[in-house]
Amino acid sequence: MNPIYASRRRKNVVIKFLCLAAAAFGVTWLALILFTLFYNGLTGLSLQVFAQDTPPPGSTEGGLRNAIVGSIIMTVIGVGIGAPLGLFAGTYLAEYGKHDKLTSVIRFINDILLSAPSIIIGLFIYGAIVVPMGGFSAFAGCLALAVIVIPVVVRTTEDMLGLVPNPLREAASALGLPRSLVIRRIAYRAARSGLITGVLLATARVAGETAPLLFTALSNQFFSLNLTKTMANLPVTINNFVQSPYAYWKELAWSGALLITLTVLALNIGARILGAERTSK
Amino acid sequence: MAVESDVMEAAGPYDRARALSAFKLGDVTFYWITRACAISVLLILGGIIISLIVGAWPAIREYGAAFLWTQRWAPSADPPVLGALGPIYGTLITSVIAMMIAIPVGLGIAIFLTEICPLWLRRPIGLAVELLAGIPSIIYGMWGFFVLGPFLANTFQPFMISIFDGVPVLGTIFAGPPSYLSLFNASLILAIMVLPFITSISVDVFKTVPPVLKEAAYGVGCTTWEVVRNVVIPYTRVGVIGGIMLALGRALGETMAVTFIIGNSFKIQSSIFAPGTTISAAIASEFAESDGLHQSGLILLGLLLFVLTFFVLAAARLMLMRLEKKAGN
Repeated sequence: MNPIYASRRRKNVVIKFLCLAAAAFGVTWLALILFTLFYNGLTGLSLQVFAQDTPPPGSTEGGLRNAIVGSIIMTVIGVGIGAPLGLFAGTYLAEYGKHDKLTSVIRFINDILLSAPSIIIGLFIYGAIVVPMGGFSAFAGCLALAVIVIPVVVRTTEDMLGLVPNPLREAASALGLPRSLVIRRIAYRAARSGLITGVLLATARVAGETAPLLFTALSNQFFSLNLTKTMANLPVTINNFVQSPYAYWKELAWSGALLITLTVLALNIGARILGAERTSK
Repeated sequence: MAVESDVMEAAGPYDRARALSAFKLGDVTFYWITRACAISVLLILGGIIISLIVGAWPAIREYGAAFLWTQRWAPSADPPVLGALGPIYGTLITSVIAMMIAIPVGLGIAIFLTEICPLWLRRPIGLAVELLAGIPSIIYGMWGFFVLGPFLANTFQPFMISIFDGVPVLGTIFAGPPSYLSLFNASLILAIMVLPFITSISVDVFKTVPPVLKEAAYGVGCTTWEVVRNVVIPYTRVGVIGGIMLALGRALGETMAVTFIIGNSFKIQSSIFAPGTTISAAIASEFAESDGLHQSGLILLGLLLFVLTFFVLAAARLMLMRLEKKAGN
């Protein structure tokens, strides 16, 4: 064979092999992380984890009940505040202000907020809520999570409404339906699974967020449903337990980590299935 | 007018005028609600900037610009001495090392997924990479702390240290002793975290290449690598760089994955196997127990981080927007 051809082919084979190695490298990490999580998390996972509150230092009796409940409450309230706000904002960007100057500015800022470091959001809520209110509170934690939810939902809402074909809207308008009803009854309905996907992805994003809760909701060793006081939550509890000297705390941290990861993966996969249904339709 | 409304009145119990005005009210209300929500996105950004500046003000007044190049961090001294050089150095060095690992691997996976991988394998691998992006950062941190740190300190680090021992420059970069908590461990975890971002954005932008271009290149006899090198990458260069900058923005601000394994030492050391700290790790580990000037200094660190990531992310978005425009045309 011509030596030039041979060297081109060799180069191609080498690069292809390197790409394959890169893919194997990436997938290996996922497998390793999931394996250690399951291996360490499952051994400690028992009914006790769900039925008892976080143990005092040194004790080997206890679970994560208060942290699990706290995490659910804060995630639900955070998404409950952030999702409608994001949904409406996304609606404005996609339906009313499509060609506005304002829209392009908002879209740009939103994209930046989307990847802004979450610890900065924590500092913001600390300065804006915790200091004026005079102390750490679960409510401040909820707001911090809401601030993280908003850009995610804005982005997906705008994208999903953009996919709704215009003739649908025109047909509704031609029948005399006012603009707001065209959006609510027609566009929302056509984009429904996409909008839900966005909310699920946002929930997955905040379910494991730790940094913004570190100095807003803090954590609490006891069971509490009071939104104006500190509240236990899984991520911060894990954060505290990992760095502790107690073996049982570390074991609980692994169980908590497994719970969070499973929740997040389930939400992600659920969102993906919903999204896939959309495109196949 | 009177006649008209009488006619309508006569037409039945259904009051058309009232229905129309209700529609109109609903329309206007809905418009303003959505508009207010959209503007609240801007207010959030404004709020972040204002609250950071207000919080950081005492530290700005006390230390001024010297904050940026002072290395000493002694919050309990009297008066406290705070300098940001250590965290800034740690943030930049971990991000740079992370990108050095993640860029080639991320692009490699993207090329594999778009050009080489058999069709049936694309979805599972693509899904795996995206799930990797969904795992919360504290899980990475915990895994790094319990598994990766000890592993590296027992295998990779002693190996590198023994290889480069006595070599100038490299010998000081890879100097011992091995450590569970180090800049390098943090960088590797960061690389694993940003890998999926680089890959998924690259896959997306690679898909914008018109098939005709690639087919033409294959048609004149190019190998896969030559098509990627001479057609795909030049066509998508702006988008790929945008994706890389986006990943860099993530790496700069990543908190929980780094905090556990970086060692939280404000001293700058030449070895990458020595402990260090980043801006976000410093805030995460010290903020809750801080007060007064110390807290203000930490908020000032946060402000620096925000400005830094803001510019990186803004540049990334502008580049991606340019590519989108090109794809739209």
